[in-house]
Formats: sequence, structure tokens, C-alpha cells
Amino acid sequence: MYQYDEFDQRIVDERVRQFRDQTARFLAGQLTEDQFRPLRLMNGLYLQRHAPMLRVAIPYGLLSTRQLRMLAHIARTYDRGYGHFTTRQNVQYNWPELNRVPDILADLASVQMHAIQTSGNCIRNVTSDPIAGVAADELEDPRPYCEIIRQWSTFHPEFSYLPRKFKIAVTGAEQDRAAVQVHDIGLRLVRNEAGEVGFAVLVGGGLGRTPIIGETTRPFLAKRDLLSYLEAILRVYNRFGRRDNKYKARIKILLKETGVAAFTTQVEQEWQQIKDHLVLDDTEIERVKAHFTEPPYETLPAELPGAVAQRTESDPAFAAWFRHNTFAHKVPGYRIVFLSLKPPKVPPGDLDHRQMDAIAELADRFSFGEIRVTHNQNMIFADVRASELHALWTELREWGVATPNINKATDIICCPGLDFCSLANASSIPIAEEIYSRLDNFDYLYDLGDLRINISGCMNGCGHHTVGHIGILGVDKKGEEWYQLTLGGSSANEAALGERLGPAIAKPDVADAVTTILKTYVELRAPDESFLQTVRRIGITPFQEQVYGHH
Amino acid sequence: MVIIKDGRAITDEWLHLDDEAAIPPSGQVTVSLLRWHAERTALMARPDPVGLRLEAGDAPDTIADDLQRFPLIVLSFATMADGRLFSLARLLRERFGFAGELRARGDFIVDQIFFLSRVGVDTFEPTEDISPEAVGQAITTFSVLYQAATDEKHPLYRRARR
Ligand code: HEM
Ligand code: SF4
Repeated sequence: MYQYDEFDQRIVDERVRQFRDQTARFLAGQLTEDQFRPLRLMNGLYLQRHAPMLRVAIPYGLLSTRQLRMLAHIARTYDRGYGHFTTRQNVQYNWPELNRVPDILADLASVQMHAIQTSGNCIRNVTSDPIAGVAADELEDPRPYCEIIRQWSTFHPEFSYLPRKFKIAVTGAEQDRAAVQVHDIGLRLVRNEAGEVGFAVLVGGGLGRTPIIGETTRPFLAKRDLLSYLEAILRVYNRFGRRDNKYKARIKILLKETGVAAFTTQVEQEWQQIKDHLVLDDTEIERVKAHFTEPPYETLPAELPGAVAQRTESDPAFAAWFRHNTFAHKVPGYRIVFLSLKPPKVPPGDLDHRQMDAIAELADRFSFGEIRVTHNQNMIFADVRASELHALWTELREWGVATPNINKATDIICCPGLDFCSLANASSIPIAEEIYSRLDNFDYLYDLGDLRINISGCMNGCGHHTVGHIGILGVDKKGEEWYQLTLGGSSANEAALGERLGPAIAKPDVADAVTTILKTYVELRAPDESFLQTVRRIGITPFQEQVYGHH
Repeated sequence: MVIIKDGRAITDEWLHLDDEAAIPPSGQVTVSLLRWHAERTALMARPDPVGLRLEAGDAPDTIADDLQRFPLIVLSFATMADGRLFSLARLLRERFGFAGELRARGDFIVDQIFFLSRVGVDTFEPTEDISPEAVGQAITTFSVLYQAATDEKHPLYRRARR
């Protein structure tokens, strides 16, 4: 993975010094809350319901074990012992004290981490495919470009006070696991007719209040032009994006109001002016790429080793985990292992410090000392020798991160909701727990197949409800918690926004409604048809009839 | 208001004319873009220099040909959160070759001076008084500059051996 050189290190060190000074000035009354707000936000510091919340970047989801141990140390030392892994490849601490945040940042800087631009109206943490580099369907590893973009966007002097936040995602694979269609800019590595690899550029996607799928402004962008084209988009957005209404300030609104064709022309004209002045040199690409070399894989047979194969016969629990939580690797003899951060009765994405330390230790032993975090709030050991799967599973199980439910109905994405967030209309974690408790039969869970249930406590959409196969959105009705359900959303290749099922549902009835939806699917599906496929084939009416017919 | 330029506090030698105020026959004045467009001929007939005040929404393209006449352009910050002036500054410097004094004035804070100096602003007049030392420190908050901007023609990867 990328290792900081002296320049990268100096930047994060100087950032710590700067924020220490800003915090001291605020606490001494020399900065008003209004003046301090944008400064703290650019360091990922929110003031929320109970205490400040600190959001730390995990650039494109990659963590070394040394870094994960530091996250554990921070949870232990400055928080209440746990951290929360989010849908944007960040980790959040819910209980730090403001005056200690500079110390947290200093600890992070000591392991090449930071909270720079994890919130505020600037370019945010660049996200990517969580199995980048080991995916069999990959044209090229996207992470070097993520790192190049990270450096370009860090303290960009022109783009640190944008109309609104700005999110960029990059994928290099056929299957979109980075949700590039719902980002302000989505980049997909593609090959053009001449055989060169470059980027397809999508602009203006996003979730939140006005969910929209991005539009392609450039089907092919040469690598040398990556930064100049990004700069052109950002300049047009910075100059012309709306600033009069924060709910209309994202680039998706500018794109919609300007029209895709006119917007594309505007960007193109700006780009022509700068493209020869800001060239991404091959030498820089090669320099960064050199940090993402393959680990020293052994030459191994492709077949599953006999002992492990036998376990999949004799031990049903191991077999289920093997089937659902491990995936094919591009190198023979290796598997990609998902750690589920969705056990029963724990808020999705939460890990305590002991688990973090244990996971770090296991990654050192089993996966070349690296961990990935996913935007579905799980973790990945990308390079596990198939022969060691059973040994790893035994240990993961002890730490509660081997629930065999990856991409299943209990692999729920969920925002903090009313329990932590001051913007919430309704709780979300208790809803997730209630749905979870209805799905305790694993045979039923597996019979339901791949299923994404996403829950947000308000329309800001932190839980990505609009792209859930089943989306659940908390709404406020005269001070009571109600929930709006949607069906058929997806952030994968065939991205779509979910369709409203009908009137909002009262809190005690939500889990029943979900149960009914699942039952309806099982009754109406064609052979081998997934939930999403069924919804797309038959539409939402049959589900409406079942859900609302009962009331 | 304190104005800091090149590490020193300077006194303002300009009269910043409201759009309604009469134009004095002589003396250095700055005017809004609106007024420049409306009264360009009269302003140019005066013996003394005219400077320009730009707001976040102003388009630099309309004055490209006039730019070199202005010894001073003032960027007026109505609110510190409005980042359009950062783009405007870069365009003035890099696209239209403006070489005069570029002054940030109004509602911005010391922590933005680093960014402002990178996009070509050389004079600072924040709403709250500030010392030359504080401006100097702000400009050098970060010793590593990843990007190309007005101050650095090339990104770090061309400037440094990495
Ligand atoms: C507890 C404190 C939190 C607060 C106050 C908060 C606040 C917000 C707000 C105001 C927005 C809307 C921004 C917009 O419409 O442009 C937003 C969006 C978002 N939040 Fe949060 N959030 C919190 C926690 C989280 C957590 C825990 C996650 C991840 C699990 C998360 C992930 C996201 C994502 C992915 C979006 C963006 C959707 C998009 O692309 O537009 N947030 N958040
Ligand atoms: S979706 Fe709403 S309730 Fe949930 S974390 Fe985001 S802002 Fe808070």
C-alpha cells in the first residue's frame, strides 16, 4: 500500500499543528462558533447529539495492521472503547472530547492517517472498490489513481470552499463495487478502441435528499488528463454551483439545471484552456503504482486443499461461512475473506478496541498485514491462503466477525439515526435490530439470496436507503417515528433508485412489513431469480397489495 | 482596517467609491464592476488610476481587455464560505495575466490566507484586525504544496524528487 514520503508526512504533521492552534483559539474564545465550524468540519469534527463526532479517513478503504491498531488505541484512549466503520470508508468516533482531538490527530499522523477533508464543503475522502487489486474482473488497479487524486485534492487552494461537499469514487472493475454512479464524480477505468486505458467520467450522481444517477460527460479520458479534467469540473462547479440553498448546492443540481449537454460543453471549454498546463506525468503514475505491488504470493494449486474441502462437508457452520463470506481470488490457492461487522444485536459497522486489535493480529498472520474496509460497513482480508481458511474462521468466530451473512438480508447498512445524530427524524439502529431478529433462521436467510436492506434516519441518506433493494427512511410525523419504504434500488452496475412502496409505516409495523415483502418475493419469484430481479420483473404492486392489504 | 502587504501593514491610498458616490476629479479610486462598465469612458478620462472591486459572482471575461489598466483589484468577501473568489483570483492571474495588486477584503479569516496566497492574492484586509506576523505565519502554514496553482506552476511531482 501507499507509504508516505517526507512530503506526505510533513503535510499531516503540519495539519496537526494547525488544528491544535485553531482548537486552542476556539476554546480561548478567539474564534466564534461560526468561524470555527468550517475549520473543524474540514477535520471531520461534527458537534452532534451527545458529544463531538470525529470522522477519520481510510483512503480508498485500505488499512495496515499498524493503522488498525492505532484506531483501536484511539477508541480505548479517547473514546468509549469502540469505533464505527461507515459507508464511505471512514471510521467515526462518537465520544471524543474537543480538547483532545488534536492529540488524536497527532496519533493518527504517526501512522500516516488523518481526518483531512472528511467533512465540510470540500473534496472528500476518495473511495474505491474494496477488492481492488485482487478482483478477477479488474482492468487495472484503481488505487494508484485514488492516491493521486487524494494528493491533488488535499488542501486544494481553489476548491476548499465549494458550494457543498464533493465525493469522488474510482473503480477499475467490470462489476461496480464502488457505487461510481451515485458520486459527484465517478471514474471507471476503461479501454478505448485504440487499446489505451483511461477513464470514463460520470458527473452529478448522488444520494441524500435528491438522489440522482450520474451522467457520462466523457466516455474516455486519457490518464495524462485526469487532473486537468477534474480541475475543470471543479472550477465550473465552484463558480456556478448554487450557494443560495444548501439543499440545491450539490453538483447534481447544477448539472440538472444547466442541462447535461451545456454543462459538458462548459467543462470542455474550461478543460481546453488548462489541459496542457496540468499534465499527469507517467513517471508520477509509475511512482505511485510502485506502492501497490502484489504481495509475495506463493505458487499454489487452484483446487481447494483436501482438508478444507473435507471441512466444508463435515462442518455446516464452516461450510456456510465459506460459501457466503469468502470469494474467488485472481491468484490460485487464495481466497478473499469478508469479515462481517453485522452480528446480531450490534449496530452495523461497530467494532470495539479488542476486536480491532485482534483483527490486526489476524491480518498479520493470515493476509500480509492489510485490511480493507467496505462501503457496506464490513471488512476484508484480501489475500488468504485457502489452506488456512479453517484456522482463520475459527479465530474470526471467536471475535464475532464471522457471521455468514455477507450480502444477505442481515448485512444491513444503517446510519446512526436518532441514537446519535442530531438531524435524525427517527431511529434506525433499533429498526435494523428488529428486522435482524426476524431473520435468525439461516436456511431462510440463504434462501432469500443476495439482498441489500439500507436504513437512514432522515432524508440526508447516510444509510443509502435510496439504493437499497429494500430502502427504509425515517420520517417525522407529528413527533412520531414513521418509515418510508422503497423497493428496487441498487448502486451496482444497473444502478437505480428505489421506488416508493406507499404511505409511511409506523415504527412497530416496519419489521412486519419487511417480513411480508420477503415472503411475497419467495412466493412470486421465478427459479434462480434474485430479489432485485423479481422486483424489476413484477414491479412493486404485488408487494404493495401484501403490505398495505393487511392494514 | 489593517491592510497587510509583503509582510508589512500599509495604509490605504485608495478611495473605495460606492456606486452612488460622485466620482472625484482626481485621486485613486476603486469602483464596482457595474460602475466600470457603466462609466468606463469617464473613469478613463481622469488623470489618476482606477482600481476595480469584484464580488464573488463577477465574471472576469468581460474585463479581460481592461485588466492591465488596473493597478489594484479588490476581491470583496461577503462571506468567508463563498469560495468563488478563489477561482476568480486564479483566473485573473493565470488566464488573464493580471499583474497588479490583488487584495482580499472583507469576511475571511486568517486560516484562509494560506489558500488565498496560493491563488494569487498578495494583500490582505480582513474584517478583524490582524498582524503582519499572523499573515506571514498563515501563508506558510503548510510547507508542502501538492498542487500547481498561481504560486507554483507545477505540481509537487514535477518540483520535487519523490
Ligand atoms: C452522526 C452524525 C452524522 C451526521 C450529523 C451526518 C450528517 C449528514 C448530512 C447533513 C448529510 C447530507 C449531506 C447532503 O445532503 O449533501 C449526510 C450525508 C451522508 N452521510 Fe452522514 N451524518 C452522520 C453520520 C453518518 C454515518 C455514520 C455515515 C455512514 C454510515 C454517514 C454517511 C453519509 C453518506 C454516505 C452521506 C451521503 C449521501 C450522498 O452521497 O449524498 N453519515 N450526512
Ligand atoms: S441519515 Fe440522517 S439520521 Fe442518519 S446519520 Fe445521516 S443525518 Fe443522521
